[in-house]
Amino acid sequence: MLIFTSCIILFLIGLYAIVTKRNLIKIAIGFALIEYSVNLLFALIGFKHNALAPIITRLDTPHNFVDPIPQALVLTAIVIALGTTALMLTIILRIYNRYKTFDAAKIKELKG
Amino acid sequence: MSFIPLFFALPLVSAFLIPIVAKIYKPLVWFVCTAVSFILFILALYGLAVTQEIPMIVYKMGNWPPPLGIIMAFDSFSGFMVLVISIIAFTCSLFSLRFLSNYSGQWKFYTLFMLMTAGMMGIVITGDLFNMFVFLEIAALSSYALVAFGVEGEQLEASFKYMVMGEIGGLTFLLAIALIYAKASTLNLADVSNALQSIRYTTFFWMSLGMLLFAFSIKAALVPFHSWLPDAYPAAPAPISSLLAGICTKVFGIYTTARIVFNVFGLTRESDPMFFNLLIGLGLLSIIFAGLTALNQKDYKRLLAYSSISQVGFIMLGFGIGNYYGVVGAIFYILAHGLAKGLLFLTSGSVVHVTGERNLQKLGGLGERMSTTAWSFRVGALSVIGLPPLVGFFAKLFIIIGAIKAGFLWIAISAIILSVLSLAYLLKIENSVFMKKGKIEAKAAPFTMRIAMVFLVMLIVLVGIGFQPIMDFIVGPAAQALLRGLEYSHLVFRTFTMNF
Repeated sequence: MLIFTSCIILFLIGLYAIVTKRNLIKIAIGFALIEYSVNLLFALIGFKHNALAPIITRLDTPHNFVDPIPQALVLTAIVIALGTTALMLTIILRIYNRYKTFDAAKIKELKG
Repeated sequence: MSFIPLFFALPLVSAFLIPIVAKIYKPLVWFVCTAVSFILFILALYGLAVTQEIPMIVYKMGNWPPPLGIIMAFDSFSGFMVLVISIIAFTCSLFSLRFLSNYSGQWKFYTLFMLMTAGMMGIVITGDLFNMFVFLEIAALSSYALVAFGVEGEQLEASFKYMVMGEIGGLTFLLAIALIYAKASTLNLADVSNALQSIRYTTFFWMSLGMLLFAFSIKAALVPFHSWLPDAYPAAPAPISSLLAGICTKVFGIYTTARIVFNVFGLTRESDPMFFNLLIGLGLLSIIFAGLTALNQKDYKRLLAYSSISQVGFIMLGFGIGNYYGVVGAIFYILAHGLAKGLLFLTSGSVVHVTGERNLQKLGGLGERMSTTAWSFRVGALSVIGLPPLVGFFAKLFIIIGAIKAGFLWIAISAIILSVLSLAYLLKIENSVFMKKGKIEAKAAPFTMRIAMVFLVMLIVLVGIGFQPIMDFIVGPAAQALLRGLEYSHLVFRTFTMNF
C-alpha cells in the first residue's frame, strides 16, 4: 500500500507544480514528474519479491515470474510521454522566441 | 471480419504516406486525404450494414485470443461513431483545400489530420483499455499540434493551454488504468467489466470511476474543466475547429464516458441514481454557464466555442437521464451536434478566409455577398436551436421525452427554456455578420468550401426529414448497444468463441 501512496504523492507533487508554477519550463518538469510517477506505479504493480524475469526457457520452469505486462505498458507510456514532452518543449521554445520570456504571467501582459 | 482494423490502419498508413507523396507531387496530398476520408465513410456504412445482422464483431489483433491479446470490438455504437467521424473528416478535408492556401507546409497539416482521424477511429473501435489510452494520446497529440498550426502568439498560447489541460486528463486516465490493472490484472474492457463486478460498490470502484470521469470531463470540456476550449477552438485553423468541435471532444470525452459507465462499470439509472444525477448536474452546469457566457462574446469563433460547450452539456444530460429515450437523444445529439457545429465552424472559416476578420463588431453585410455561407449558417443555427424538420429538433425532442419519462419534468422544461439561450447567441452572429449593413470587402467563398458546406446542409435536412430510418437502423441499435450494459462482456466472449 505504501508504494501506491508514494506514487500518488509524486503524482500530486507534479500536479502542484503544473497548477502553481508560472515558468513554462517548470510546468513541463511537472509533467515529467507525473509521467514518472505513473510509470513507476506500473512497474511496481508488476513487481514480485525474489521473482524471475518472465522468460520461459524450459517447460518445467518454476512459475515465479514478474508480471511482464506492466513493463510492456510502461515502454509504450514512455514513448507517448516522449512525444508529449517533445511537443510541449517545442511549443515553449516557440513561445520564448516570440515573447523572450518563460513567464506565463508576462506573456498574458504582452498579449494585451 | 477483417475490415475492422482498416478503420484506423487506413488513415494511419496514409498519414505516413503523405510526406512521401508531398515529395513527389504536392497537390496530390489533398486528394489522398479526401479520398481516404471518403473510403472511411463507405467503410463505415458497410460496417453499420454488418452490425444490423451481427450485434458484435470482434477482431483479434495478431490472432491472440482475448483477454490475452488486444481485441477490436465493433458494435452498433462504435459503428455510429465511426460514421459521424468519417462524415466530419470528409467535409473538413474538402474544406481545407482552399482554406489552407494561405498556409505553408500543407502536407504537415494533412499528416496530422490523418493521424487525428486514425486516433479517433481507434478509440471508438478498440476493446482494450490501454489501447484506448494510446489512441487517445495519438489523437490528442496531433490535435495540440494542429491548434498551434499557425505558429502565431495566439495559437501557441492556446495550444500550450490545451496541452496542459489535456495532458492532465490523459495522465489521470493512465493512472486510473494502472490502478484498475493492479486490481483486475487485465486490460480487456470485457474482462475488466467481469472483474469489477466482484468488487462492485467498494471505495476502489468509485475512486477509479471518479478518476476516469475527471479525465474524460477535461477531454470533453464540461464546465468546471472547460477553460482550454474557448482558446483552442478560435486559434485552430477553421477545418480543425470544425473537426474538434464537431466530433473530437465527443469521441475523447463523451464516447469514452458512455462506454465505460454503461458497458464496463455496468451502472444503470435504476441501480445508481446518484451517479446519474451527477452526470445530469455536470450537463446542466455546462449548458447554463457556457450558454450565458456565449451571449457576451465578441469573437465569431469564440462564441461558437462556448456554444459548443453548452451543446456538450445537452449530450451529457441525455446520458445522465439514462433511460432508453435519454440515451437515444444523447446519441442523436452527437450526430446533430457534429453536423451542425461542424457546419457553423466551417462558415466561420469561410468568413475568416474571405475577410480575414473574426470580430463581430467589425464584420457586417455579408448576407448578400456570401449568400451560400449565410444560408448554411442559418440552417446550421436553426438545427442547433432545434427547429422541427432539422436533425437538432429530434435530438432535443428525445432528450425531453426521456426526461419526462424518467420523472424529471423540471429538466424537460429547463431544457426547452435553455434552448432559447442558443437562439439568443446565434442570432447575435446572424445579426452582426450577415444582416447588419457593413462596408467590409467580400466576395463569395471558393467553390470547394461551398461544396463542403452544402454537403453538411443537405445532411442536416435529409437526416431531419428521414429521421425514422436513421432512428431504426443507426441510432436505435447504438442506444441498445449501450443499454446492454454488462451484457457487453458476455457478447464479446461469446462472439470470440464463435469465431474461434
